[in-house]
Amino acid sequence: MAERLGASRAALVVRHIRAQNRIFWRVPIGAFFALFLPVMMLVLFVALFGSDTYTTEYGEVSRAQFYTPALAVFAVASATFTNLAINLSIRRDEGILRRVRGTPLPPWIYLAGVIGSAVYMAVLGTVAVVTLGVVAYGVNIEAAKLPAMLVALVVGATAFATWGVALAALTRTAAAAPAVANAVILPMAFVSNVFVSFEGEAPAWLLLVGDTFPLRHFVISFGEAMSPFSQAPAFLPERLAVLVAWTVVGALVAWRRFRWEPAVGASPTRGRRRN
Amino acid sequence: MTTAITVRELTKSYGDLRAVDGVSFDVAEGEVLAILGPNGAGKTTTVEILEGHRSRDGGEVSVLGTDPDHGGPRFRNRIGVVLQAAGVDRELSTREALELYGAAYSSQRPIDELIELVELTDKADDRIVSLSGGQRRRVDLALGLIGNPELIFLDEPTTGFDPRARRRSWDVISNLTSLGSTIVLTTHYLDEAEYLADRVAVMAKGRIVADGTPNELRMSVESDTKIAFDLPRLDEPLVGLLEPLTGQGRGRGRRVEILTPAPTADLAHVTSWAMLRGIELEGLTVESADLEDVYLSLVGEHEDLEDTEVSTDTEVSTATEGVRADG
Ligand SMILES: Nc1ncnc2c1ncn2[C@@H]1O[C@H](COP(=O)(O)OP(=O)(O)O)[C@@H](O)[C@H]1O
Ligand SMILES: [Mg+2]
Repeated sequence: MAERLGASRAALVVRHIRAQNRIFWRVPIGAFFALFLPVMMLVLFVALFGSDTYTTEYGEVSRAQFYTPALAVFAVASATFTNLAINLSIRRDEGILRRVRGTPLPPWIYLAGVIGSAVYMAVLGTVAVVTLGVVAYGVNIEAAKLPAMLVALVVGATAFATWGVALAALTRTAAAAPAVANAVILPMAFVSNVFVSFEGEAPAWLLLVGDTFPLRHFVISFGEAMSPFSQAPAFLPERLAVLVAWTVVGALVAWRRFRWEPAVGASPTRGRRRN
Repeated sequence: MTTAITVRELTKSYGDLRAVDGVSFDVAEGEVLAILGPNGAGKTTTVEILEGHRSRDGGEVSVLGTDPDHGGPRFRNRIGVVLQAAGVDRELSTREALELYGAAYSSQRPIDELIELVELTDKADDRIVSLSGGQRRRVDLALGLIGNPELIFLDEPTTGFDPRARRRSWDVISNLTSLGSTIVLTTHYLDEAEYLADRVAVMAKGRIVADGTPNELRMSVESDTKIAFDLPRLDEPLVGLLEPLTGQGRGRGRRVEILTPAPTADLAHVTSWAMLRGIELEGLTVESADLEDVYLSLVGEHEDLEDTEVSTDTEVSTATEGVRADG
């Protein structure tokens, strides 16, 4: 469409990201899961396991060195995958998405606003966890490996945001979305070096499961870039490639299956969150 | 006058259900059309096809010279849509929602003026989640009007309102009509259609069963007379009562109403039927039919009173289904 409607597209995207951010802060439970919980887990895990060293994929490192990147990535998965799956299906069931379709706003701009806001929250969560790790626990961070951190973050957040949209597309009603999202992400986290390291101990089949799904690749890509033992620039191209492959599949699912109309019989949920 | 909407032989089925079954009508620019009908008549399906929200199975539709199936943003820039059911980001305030959704339109109504129009001035900065159902419906209305639409669709704009809130919304809507907007509204309230619309299309079971000004509809049965009475018992057998009548019978609780062009003969039949059975017809009245009677007989046209009990529907709304005694 050559004809210009209201504000320019870029301005509209920014406007919608900001509106979604505003909505996010007004529902404290969302902020709790995406931002506060990962920070709290870092504090708890370090307090529980102390400052002894831990055998990990990156070598012998402190508990904080292991958990900081892991929980930063977990914050990203929570803010993108879990939040998008839940929020988009709620917005679909409540008929917000169908309202959007009755306005001249191109639907992709609305989606860009919701996704952009989720990615923004993911970045905030990462910054919160990494800052705490570096400042409070002396976790390693090197300028030369910052690009690798950033690339891992962008590639990983894209994969998980895509699958958040795809999961919203695959769940028929919003009532099912939180349970499904958690049933996917929590077991995945256990086999993906988020809560425990697999180095040396895990049976081969668990490693295989972990390596099939995208979370472990995301955690290790980000962790490698923060590891004191890795060589700059510390990119892990194979793992990034797996994340990109998952993104492509997720985008196809989202593209084919995403619906703007509530399912027949889906009642608008009043509850806003998981569990 | 230019035509804003043309609909020809529109059809839409859900599975085996023909929700819209060959509907045709026109709406002139500046006209207010009410699609009046009971729940399930196909009103929402029809207007949502016109808005571009649903696809059609068959027929031709032109809205502002565009096929709504391929309207895109440019088409939606010109129309205002108030859906029967659509959510809104409840954590935003009315003002924030209007700013957000308004930004996509090429021209906007001034937000303060709009908030005043829907009488939400005191609540404009409260989160929508804290508003009452009626207030939220007015937020819907404001969101439908923010883009200064040439054509406005209102799907049951006042359903669920208390009578005072309905009156107030009527004032808002008739304000719009005086500004020259073209409006298509659906309702199952006869008085609403009569108050707001230039023209009423009565819809039942997926078809338009009558189309005209409220006056024309009234005229169409002016010669009809209504004979009404109460049966002594709800389950009184109706054998022999309705079949020989010239007019149509329908029931509501114990009340039976017969709409007839031949009142003398039908009245004689009714009274002799009652006398034969030794029944007293309480509250027996004979009067000329009003618009509500017309409407009820129209929307009930395809139902049968044979074999069925007189409807026990006690609802006062005009959506009560009528039944017909043809036979
Ligand atoms: N999405 C749908 N899927 C299946 N049946 C539907 C759908 N929408 C409406 N119907 C059915 O189509 C008929 C007409 O519905 P609708 O257009 O909503 O009527 P109205 O607005 O006059 O109440 C009803 O019987 C309704 O149950
Ligand atoms: Mg309806």
